[in-house]
Amino acid sequence: MPTLIKNGAIAADTYTRVDAVDGVLSLPAGDVLVSLDTLLAHRDQVLAHSGGKGVQLKSEQFAEQVADVVKELDLIAIEFPAFADGRGYSTAYLLRTRFGFTGELRAVGDIFKDTLFYQARVGFNAFAIRDDKDAAVALKGLADFSEVYHASADQPQPLFLRRAI
Amino acid sequence: MYRYDAYDQKIVDDRVSQFRDQTRRYLAGELSEDEFRPLRLQNGLYVQRYAPMLRIAVPYGMLSSDQLRKIADISRHYDRGYAHVSTRQNFQLNWPALVDVPEILAELAQVEMHAIQTSGNCIRNTTTDQFAGVVAGEIEDPRPTCELIRQWSTFHPEFAFLPRKFKIAVNALPEVDRAATQVHDIGVYIVRNGAGEVGYKIMVGGGLGRTPIIGSIIREFLPRQDLIAYLDAVLRVYNLHGRRDNKYKARIKILVKALTPEVFAEQVEAEFKHLQNGPLTVPASEFARLASFFTAPAYETLPAVSAELTEARAKDAVFDNWVHRNVSAHKVPGYAIVTLSLKQVGIAPGDITAEQMEAVADLADRFSFGELRTTHEQNIVLADVKQSELAALYGELKALGFDTANIGFLTNIICCPGGDYCSLANAKSIPIAEAIQRRYQDLEEVYDLGPLDLNISGCMNACGHHHVGHIGILGVDKKGAEFYQVSLGGSSGHDASIGDILGPSFEAEDMAEVIEEILNTYLDLRLPGESFLSTYRRVGIAVFKERVYANAN
Repeated sequence: MPTLIKNGAIAADTYTRVDAVDGVLSLPAGDVLVSLDTLLAHRDQVLAHSGGKGVQLKSEQFAEQVADVVKELDLIAIEFPAFADGRGYSTAYLLRTRFGFTGELRAVGDIFKDTLFYQARVGFNAFAIRDDKDAAVALKGLADFSEVYHASADQPQPLFLRRAI
Repeated sequence: MYRYDAYDQKIVDDRVSQFRDQTRRYLAGELSEDEFRPLRLQNGLYVQRYAPMLRIAVPYGMLSSDQLRKIADISRHYDRGYAHVSTRQNFQLNWPALVDVPEILAELAQVEMHAIQTSGNCIRNTTTDQFAGVVAGEIEDPRPTCELIRQWSTFHPEFAFLPRKFKIAVNALPEVDRAATQVHDIGVYIVRNGAGEVGYKIMVGGGLGRTPIIGSIIREFLPRQDLIAYLDAVLRVYNLHGRRDNKYKARIKILVKALTPEVFAEQVEAEFKHLQNGPLTVPASEFARLASFFTAPAYETLPAVSAELTEARAKDAVFDNWVHRNVSAHKVPGYAIVTLSLKQVGIAPGDITAEQMEAVADLADRFSFGELRTTHEQNIVLADVKQSELAALYGELKALGFDTANIGFLTNIICCPGGDYCSLANAKSIPIAEAIQRRYQDLEEVYDLGPLDLNISGCMNACGHHHVGHIGILGVDKKGAEFYQVSLGGSSGHDASIGDILGPSFEAEDMAEVIEEILNTYLDLRLPGESFLSTYRRVGIAVFKERVYANAN
């Protein structure tokens, strides 16, 4: 099981991953995390769920595909099949800055110390650290840099605006 | 040139610490080979045929004498006492030990240098004309724009893991393009619109490699304050939609071609609309701040033509010839731009020893306000030399072996490190360059051939820009043996074109003869005053093909 880092600390993962079986979706009590396909096919059921509601996007699924439900979701998880597949960085950025998602944005998959800094910058606040990696070590990755040039979800002002002050 | 403030220094210092930790964890087995590879590549570190290769960034080719001394020092302590100027205006060390690299980066940081994003699938070093800021005719100095792009692209959190590498060049001269701008992922042209405002024309989707393509214009005029927002938009469309299933189809040029430039442009404009007039808008004060680093040095008021120079040229025909070939016109009266040819026969093109680096650094201090430039043709430029001191400088360059008067001619060969060093190479490239240079040692013969770009790459990655050489040579692997394919008619200027393949490839020992036959064909066919490229464009490839293969048979 990956270890979850959330809001800068190791945290328990309260979400249960569920998906439809033979077209039937049965949601357990508590927080649930479903695939985009399941969300689209069982939208009303998922959104009516009383616990936390999350959707997990594959790296080739885009922010636009959940644009109309972001306000009702508590968690969006974005898959990184390999950390060098950089699509999830743009997806996260768009969810935060364009589609107004304010819930938990979680990086899942090939996640370890060296991916965290950039991921935090584009708006992730949760990281499912690979189970063969030390989460305490990974946590330190959030502090790899103390200053940045370009703007992103964490810092909307590029350095050229902040320098001028 | 640009100097770091506390922000820039902190960012580079943090990078050194980060990479030190990554290297330590790799050596301790905490990071796997596959995990470490993308991380080390983003610090310019390749693992090559015999040893790692470290590529040190020289932002848009600008270098101070102290920085060059530092590279000399590093090459002596951590390497074998020499370095190599690359075709992206960077420096490469061929033999550093992996364990030493964090320390090398720490030393570089002391002189405001680094190896950030000199490799990997990220935004690479932005390049421009090596004569930027000192040549007449520029719309404006391109270097503040280059520095703006450098800061935007450095550790851009969204675009560190693109589908493939990404290269940007900036051109500011309507007359000449010395930066091969049209074969870049993005070409930024500094232009003036009808209202007299300075802005940018944006080209995308050029590139060399396996599928060479000339870029397409997607924006005729972009107001200057919108450059960063627009670049963000281009990169976001590419990052999300560029192919990741096949690394040979992953460059932006493939996406632009698949969508068509018109549709790609529409997607960029749609994205750009979200960003325009937001915090990415670059204020005039930032352009002014960046421009303040590239102000003119303390030029003296001098006559347009120096009497000392005229006299020295009249006295010494060899010096006169060198001035004619390797010295270019400066926009300030009485000054000149000098290109040091790193293309001496018997030395790998672009190679320079630690002692030579130190000597050149001293020459920069003595003759050119302590600054130098590297060129994509793998030479070094002293950009601000008083004409009256050219003779003295020439004497020093002669002693160093950097006086070969071949700039713009056949033997100023662009050549990648090839199979002698690079693990990607299919074939050696340096010995081919040497064979051609040996065949053409008579400079009069070389001048008679007129302006000529001969470019050699050891593999399809095309680091030696073979597609855009007037004559291009590509190393290929044929059943485990090294062969060479020849192309003709390429150009990297404003009239950019991709060369046409002549025909079946040749063995290494035949290459000098093949080139000779191509050039003899040109000499037989040219009209008075007609260059190789013009002749080729007029007569086409068939006659060259006939002559070369008739001879080979």
